[in-house]
Amino acid sequence: MSERFRIAIVGSGPGGLSAAARAAERGESHVLLEAEPHLSNTIYRYQKGKFVMDEPGILPLRSPVPFKAGSRESILGAWDEAAARLKINVRHGHEVSAIKKREDGSFELKCANGATIEAQFVVLGIGLQGNIRKLGVPGEDLPFVQYQLDDPDEYEGETIVVVGAGDAAIENAVALAKQNNVVIVNRRDEFARAKKGNEAAILKAIEDGAIECYYNAAPERVDALSVGRKKGRLILSTPNGKAQLLIDRVIGRLGATAPRSFVEACGVTFPSKDPAAVPAISPQYESNVKGLYIVGALGGYPLIKQAMNQGYEVVEYIRGERVEPADEPLLKAKLGAMPGFRSVDDTLARIQQNVRVLSHITPLQLREFMLDSDLRTPKPGDIVFRRNDYTNSFYSIVEGEVRIALDEDGKQFITLGRGEFFGEMGLISGRRRSATVTAGNGCVLIETPRRSMNRLINSVAAVKREIDEVFILRAIQSRFAPEATAAQLKDMVAGATLQKFAAGDILFNEGEVGDCLHLVRVGSLTISRNIAGKEVVLSYVPAGNYVGEMALLGESRRSATARAAIATETVRLDGESFKKLVNRMPVLKLRLQAEYRQRAASNLAMQALPAGGDIIQFLLAQGAGEATDILLIDESLCVRCDNCEKACAETHGGTSRLDREAGPTYASVHVPTSCRHCEHPHCMKDCPPDALRRAPNGEVYIADNCIGCGNCERNCPYGVIHMATKPPKKPGLLSWLLFGLGPGPGEAPYDAKKKSKEPKEKKAVKCDMCKDEKGGPACVRACPTGAAIRISPEEFPAYAQSRR
Amino acid sequence: MNARHESILNHAGSRWLWIALALSLVSLLAYALHSPAVPPNGGTWLGYTLGTIAGLLILWLMFFGIRKRSYSGTSNLRGWLSAHVYLGTALILIALLHAGFQVGWNLHTFFLVLMLLVIVSGFFGVYCYLRYPTLMTRNRESATRSAMLEEIGELDQNALALADGIDPKVHGIVLRSIQNTRLGGGVLAQLRARDDSDAALAGIRAALEAREKSQAAAGGAKSGQTIFAMVDFLASGTNDRQAEALRKLIDLLSRKKVLASRVARDIQYQALMEVWLYIHVPLSFATVAALFAHVVSVFFYW
Repeated sequence: MSERFRIAIVGSGPGGLSAAARAAERGESHVLLEAEPHLSNTIYRYQKGKFVMDEPGILPLRSPVPFKAGSRESILGAWDEAAARLKINVRHGHEVSAIKKREDGSFELKCANGATIEAQFVVLGIGLQGNIRKLGVPGEDLPFVQYQLDDPDEYEGETIVVVGAGDAAIENAVALAKQNNVVIVNRRDEFARAKKGNEAAILKAIEDGAIECYYNAAPERVDALSVGRKKGRLILSTPNGKAQLLIDRVIGRLGATAPRSFVEACGVTFPSKDPAAVPAISPQYESNVKGLYIVGALGGYPLIKQAMNQGYEVVEYIRGERVEPADEPLLKAKLGAMPGFRSVDDTLARIQQNVRVLSHITPLQLREFMLDSDLRTPKPGDIVFRRNDYTNSFYSIVEGEVRIALDEDGKQFITLGRGEFFGEMGLISGRRRSATVTAGNGCVLIETPRRSMNRLINSVAAVKREIDEVFILRAIQSRFAPEATAAQLKDMVAGATLQKFAAGDILFNEGEVGDCLHLVRVGSLTISRNIAGKEVVLSYVPAGNYVGEMALLGESRRSATARAAIATETVRLDGESFKKLVNRMPVLKLRLQAEYRQRAASNLAMQALPAGGDIIQFLLAQGAGEATDILLIDESLCVRCDNCEKACAETHGGTSRLDREAGPTYASVHVPTSCRHCEHPHCMKDCPPDALRRAPNGEVYIADNCIGCGNCERNCPYGVIHMATKPPKKPGLLSWLLFGLGPGPGEAPYDAKKKSKEPKEKKAVKCDMCKDEKGGPACVRACPTGAAIRISPEEFPAYAQSRR
Repeated sequence: MNARHESILNHAGSRWLWIALALSLVSLLAYALHSPAVPPNGGTWLGYTLGTIAGLLILWLMFFGIRKRSYSGTSNLRGWLSAHVYLGTALILIALLHAGFQVGWNLHTFFLVLMLLVIVSGFFGVYCYLRYPTLMTRNRESATRSAMLEEIGELDQNALALADGIDPKVHGIVLRSIQNTRLGGGVLAQLRARDDSDAALAGIRAALEAREKSQAAAGGAKSGQTIFAMVDFLASGTNDRQAEALRKLIDLLSRKKVLASRVARDIQYQALMEVWLYIHVPLSFATVAALFAHVVSVFFYW
């Protein structure tokens, strides 16, 4: 027998809880289905005492459930209280396993515990965390079987079995092994899934005997024991038969099932296979399945407050009320500057009508897009951005026109008009702007930050296609033939293809017959030659440059090997059509020949000192190929005074963002652990409030709206981001020097109350290359012996030559 | 930014070398051309001028301590250190010219000697800064000190576990060797680069031992001894499995000895690069005090 409700809400996260609360407040018939025995599992699983922030600050909260920045406990407490006060009809332990739309338009929700619920409307607020995979064997829910570990130091002297072979399992096992007897159970015969560092750590622990490992083994049963000293017994099936372990605790770290397949099974479609893609939803949060609504992170809104607002709004929409979306005043403030502004909806429609690349997206996506973007109305002659700026935003022209300078002094230019876009080169290549752009008459522009644009490109295939096409045409035009018109280049553009290479892949080999050239679009290449049986790197080719023209111009064979230094994308241009273009344009031929001579000369210089090539190779092996600015220390000059670290700490609130000693060294060149300000920063990948930004001079920094989630810390492969609290103020230098007051330069500030229990707001901190300091990076300025310098990869050849 | 490293000596095309040389040359010329009625001394107009220059130079050189610790601003500390070294060197000449090469058993000469000591200790510092960084890098072989210490700890644990299975006597030897391994310590211990302070620990007995082993290399006596004891044990004939374990144990202990000497050497280099400051800085404060005494007394007795 199934129960009937008007609205069924799946998932009690911020979005779902807020929706249920609004439904309860309005007296709607509703049910909130939650798999776990508590509300808001994602936040429940945060570390104890974690400070949760309420970005974006400008967005008002619209929900019967309160939410203010504070500790995890205070927020969960307030939500529990609100759920009880509003009498939300919550059903714990109801994990929804299937949602079926019936012919009469209502839904049937099947739960894993056997319950069936019928509802007219469904609100999906299940987030992105997915369901934790349990052991899948009898006894998986016993009290000493857990799927999370908050604090490994909590346990001592226990026998603990960790099941799993991923990073989480390894980190837990290694941390627990310090004061416990740990067994790790791996279903396979190796730990290949884990990060390199974790793999090394677990293999070492196993070899040292600190952790016992069962390979190719799987748990079969967990039993609780009432006699004996151990709480339970785990039966394992191993290649050598069954094994029985007496245990105190089982920790399953088997990952989670991504929610996408479940959502797709409900009939919701995703626009692309990209894992970052989000389902398309209407302005009322309705999916393509009528009556099925999606709120929160699943729909592409990762912040708590956004989700809560959506929960509120979605119930209003279901009730047939018209609600002004919470972002309406924000959008009004933003779009009000547009000439002829009447209403937000009207302006949005006009934007979509004018700008073709934005015509492919849904109105809700456009709202979100505009919320992230800024409307600019520069006066004629104003500079939008300059050549060599490091900004990476994307511009669409709503009205008027802009001029793109083709040469240094701006005498030659091309004009872009309404509906076109620019800035895609910097966005795609992650490098400096390739041209200066000046505003023309009646100019109205939309400036969109990198993340929002990338999200759009990844979730709407039509946008990606259109931008790629324009990119190829413009790349060819700007790099080879600014004089040529689009029509003249049509052949070449048609024959051009985008190619992807993984780090280390070869584009072409020395001695091969050349039939094409490559324009580097993302990433970078090395050019090397085989000299006396050894590969010698001759040069480094960053994005925006081309390789392979030599074989097309004169010699028919490749004179060197081109290899991707990092993950790279190129525009491959067909040799025949390129030759035709060269023959048609004698200017181009002369220009190419001049560049060719210059390259050949510098290659020859590098060849003369092969040790220089070794240094470049070493630097690239450290991932310097994706850097834009990297700190190098000459260890033959470094006196290990650590003044660089002290300077860093002093200019950045007491925490050094640089670890001088750590990191590899080759021929006295030391690459310390410090930020390289990557072309495509890994840290930017998954930042909910979009706090990681790039300044015009290229510095990647963290803005104040950081919510301290730690994603960037995890995503950085170089380990240069830390979570830190704001330190107390320090006394001045002289009072320390003369009277010994307070901590000295570079010393950690004294902690007033050593262990104050109050959770402190922790935010991510990283190197910002001292962008606010007049003199540039403090680490370099404070080095007394000139051992520390910062250089960009383009300077590697010159640098390598200076170090003979 | 410049894409190459510059040392303090060739900073900005050795700009400060040329400035210091020019200053010295001008002072020398003035001294040579100046012919006062009395023998040249601090009391002539040139003496006062040079004395003022030297006094201001000393104060400016002292200011380096503050500059080094202030981290904002636009200038480069490397340039300051370069200037500090070259102008500090020029100070010798200027001070001597100021005094007209007169010395005696008085406060003024004491001040001069103090100042010269500071400068000479600075020279030693420059020598250390140029010499030891390279040696330190070579000695470390790309490992950090903490990584080496960690590995030593692990080797100790493994050795102990291995020894446990062999014989209580061997276990005792290994345990003692672990307990006796001391890295770092006081200034002298750091500078001596011993990785084994057995001597320091066990009083006279160890002191005797240390004397006996004085010809042994810088790598400590005791861990070497452990290996010898092990070889003895090996020769004395035990069963095969124990022999195998013992061989492994010797490998572990040898590896540890290599690491321990390396860490000790590392500490020694670091200490050498810092220890001269413990003379240079206090003496420089004393020099400033002497400078004031010198100035006050000169004007008091005027």
